[in-house]
Amino acid sequence: MNLTKSALHQGTSGVAWIERVINRRRNRGWLIIGMGVLILASGLVACQPAAEVTEGVGKAGEGDPESKRLVIYSGRSESLVGPIIEQFEQERGIEVEVRFGGTAEMAGVLLEEGAESPADLFYAQDPGGLGAVQAAGLLAPLPAEIRELVPDRFVSDSGEWVGISGRARTVVYNTKAISKPEEQLPGDLSGFTDPAWHGRLGWAPTNGSFLAMVTGIRAIWGEEKTRNWLAEMQANEPAVYESNSAIVAAVGAGEIDVGLVNHYYLYRFLAEEGEGFGARNYFLPGGGPGSLIMVSGVGQLKSAENQENGLEFIRFLLSKDGQQYFADETFEYPLVAGVTTVAGLPPLAELDKQAVEIELSQLADVAGTQEMLLSLGIIE
Amino acid sequence: MRLKNEPYPRPAEVKGYVPTKKLASTKKLASTKKLASTKKLASTKKLASTKKLASTKKLASTDQAESSLGPGRWLRLIIGDWLAALAGRSHLLLVAMAGLVAGLILLVPLYLLLRSIGAGREAVATLLSPRTALVMGNTILLAVAVTIGATAVAVPLAWLTAATDLPGRRMWTVMVAMPLVLPSYVVAFIFISMLSPKGVMQQLLEPLVGLERLPSFYGFPGAFLVLTLITYPLIFLTVRGAIQRLDPALEEAARNLGLGPRQVFWRVTLPHLRPAILAGALLVMLYVLRDFGAVTTLQYNTFTRIIYNRYLSYRLDMAALFALVLVIMALIILYLEQRSRGRARYARLSSGCSRRREAARLGKWTAPALAFTGAITTLALGLPLAGLLYWVWRGWPGHQVGNDLGTIKNNLMSLSGLLEPAWYSITASTLAAVATILLALPIAILVVRRPGRMSWLLERLAYASYALPGIVVALAFVFFGIHILPSLYQTLPMMLAAYVILFIPLAIGALRATLGQMSPSLEEAGRSLGQQPLAVLRRITLPLIWPGLTAGALLIFLTAMKELPVTLILSPLGFNTLAEQVWTNIGEAFFARAALPALLLLVLSSIPLAWLTVRDTQS
Repeated sequence: MNLTKSALHQGTSGVAWIERVINRRRNRGWLIIGMGVLILASGLVACQPAAEVTEGVGKAGEGDPESKRLVIYSGRSESLVGPIIEQFEQERGIEVEVRFGGTAEMAGVLLEEGAESPADLFYAQDPGGLGAVQAAGLLAPLPAEIRELVPDRFVSDSGEWVGISGRARTVVYNTKAISKPEEQLPGDLSGFTDPAWHGRLGWAPTNGSFLAMVTGIRAIWGEEKTRNWLAEMQANEPAVYESNSAIVAAVGAGEIDVGLVNHYYLYRFLAEEGEGFGARNYFLPGGGPGSLIMVSGVGQLKSAENQENGLEFIRFLLSKDGQQYFADETFEYPLVAGVTTVAGLPPLAELDKQAVEIELSQLADVAGTQEMLLSLGIIE
Repeated sequence: MRLKNEPYPRPAEVKGYVPTKKLASTKKLASTKKLASTKKLASTKKLASTKKLASTKKLASTDQAESSLGPGRWLRLIIGDWLAALAGRSHLLLVAMAGLVAGLILLVPLYLLLRSIGAGREAVATLLSPRTALVMGNTILLAVAVTIGATAVAVPLAWLTAATDLPGRRMWTVMVAMPLVLPSYVVAFIFISMLSPKGVMQQLLEPLVGLERLPSFYGFPGAFLVLTLITYPLIFLTVRGAIQRLDPALEEAARNLGLGPRQVFWRVTLPHLRPAILAGALLVMLYVLRDFGAVTTLQYNTFTRIIYNRYLSYRLDMAALFALVLVIMALIILYLEQRSRGRARYARLSSGCSRRREAARLGKWTAPALAFTGAITTLALGLPLAGLLYWVWRGWPGHQVGNDLGTIKNNLMSLSGLLEPAWYSITASTLAAVATILLALPIAILVVRRPGRMSWLLERLAYASYALPGIVVALAFVFFGIHILPSLYQTLPMMLAAYVILFIPLAIGALRATLGQMSPSLEEAGRSLGQQPLAVLRRITLPLIWPGLTAGALLIFLTAMKELPVTLILSPLGFNTLAEQVWTNIGEAFFARAALPALLLLVLSSIPLAWLTVRDTQS
């Protein structure tokens, strides 16, 4: 029987003894069972809510004002909000650690982490992500003094998140193909269902802002009219792009004539390619949901350890300095009154008039929008 | 249970065994002593099926011998004698490592099973709808097409750079392998800006030829082209390693027996390269299944689109169910690959050792070979490089000076700001490569030396996780990390563990091909001379498989440099990599700011690639 090691190889140390034990034939079945039990046990442990960890976090959640730390999960790009976060760090002396990602990814991570999340704030690009996290009961209500910093309609109805800056939906058009936009472009979104626009339009149906826009359209026009509009747009065979920047690039190149995007992408292309870039923005004068303001928002998690610092950050974003940054550097709409936007943008008040007033929370029902798009075959 | 020490049965025990002489005459290869000593069993299908029969017979006979083991016996019928044989044969360390890797690999399917419980009828209805079937068909079509295309490109390139006297082949090797480094969506973006209906190419051609609009690059043509050009280096690197290990004696024997050079290639060399080609092709096919950035940019909907749309609507349970479907698709592909791989042996049986091969002379074929290599390199590397440089050149003034419409003053480009991300990228990728190779070694050894049900299952699961988009693996680790090991959550070790899961198929593929070409008789000789198994590993196996090992490590390093979803989600806070820089800037249309880190990625990745290539050709 030469299954165990021969006498030449056997040692006398503890490790060698363990080896011999494992090597014995009659122990192998138990070895396998043991490993299987370990794997199963880890699976079972994973299923149980970790009660003791939640308690620990709850104790720390009083908000130690001495700790100079803040953890943010940001669905907004580093290239957009990195500078303002750095400014906050320098001014207040609080060390901010940010995890950057897509809004959907960060919301997914928060949903998986649950109450044990190390994050203090969730800064999302669009209301859908905040709505999902709020629906899971992970957000804490914000104090009244913060909610009062912005107009009511930029605060969620549960008071758990606020808008920080706005982006307007707009139509980007190719300047060569459309020389007189006021005459050649329709007054509102429903005009694009005209067969004259067949194959000339581009959109990004999987993009967060587009989903928010369609959610807004559902709230303003109702389900029936929205469904008809989508079906007719689909009949016009619009080009499907992955992102807003791809649409603007395509419009600038002349691949398509018009695209439904957010207003601020154009400025980046103008910065990179100069005034010769062949696309410009067109804000629909007829109003309606085509001029919707999409807000980026921030919410504080219930399990946050640094609550005071988090509220400090939100106050900073909604202060004059913070809002001016968004106006000057990222060309977004500030939501706080008294801050001037960059030249060339129609003022918020005007857009407000054109768009029917819509509650921020109404823009959070992304799942319903997705279902509608799925049933019409616009997305998979 | 093995009753004897040898890994393969004696010929006399095997049913259907045909003595070599008879086989030689049926194949019309002369029964010379030289051929008998080389024993090219690998290329005969008949013997391959004999081996299959032999292994099943072996398993049956061991079952019969094991009636007295108690609880072990019925378990082994399900799991196989792998674990038992392993514990009996190798050092405790190997067992522990293989167990650890097994645990890690099982995490992702376990997470998917747990999460998908709440998915419900809605998910099943979507799954069975005709549109989903169409998307699935599209995915398979793209996967097959890209695999064929990448193989057709990579195998000749590997041959030309490793086995011929192509001028400048060291430089070509580096340039041919480089496209692996670029993130897929970057290449897709650049190709679109170049080849789209109104792209750069059309603008160049319009004054010359009057072309108003190029045919649409989006959809299948674009996805096929871009994915082929990104993934062919996977096959290139694995096949190149195999070519370097090829025994020239086989080809010389065939030439001696009267076959022409072309016949030698098709009938002797190519069958010997088959395991490496299949390993690489498998990786390519699974990569196409998991790719998301490139195919969506090119407007071709694959199955990952369905998974991602569920994440966009925050239905994690449905996303997990669809990810399980992807795993099943991957398992089917793996099964097909294993069938085509067969049970052939590829190692030299007789005495003597393989010599260095002489470079084949191209002669009049040098020019076409150079043209082919140059064309592929231009398309795969030159075009993206030109695109990146164009972005920098076009966007640099705007980001430095500003224009009438204002500039994003705070977002100035700077090379110094990229030093920290570069350092993090290199550190993470190097650690990932080392860790993955170390942890893949036990599995590869088991798969090659101890084929059995357990190692089969482990290998399948390891590869199946490769077909999943990165976000699924990341969320699985979030789930287990936050619930089981919260102290390790969002630290470097956990991120490395996730990297290991992502990249272990790359390592297993490279190691498996190399180990298969190495004869087990050398290891057995070491054992019979009194060496412990670990010493045999260190002194005999490792030096021999070193080229394959370093090729695998390099592959993992290059892939890890551009890895994105796992890094975004699991990295320690403030751990910024170059890939993140590229992604964040492209997403916001700051193309010049995205091009700089992408160029830095290329440069940094070319250094280890060049160094290893130079060492390869010198040794």
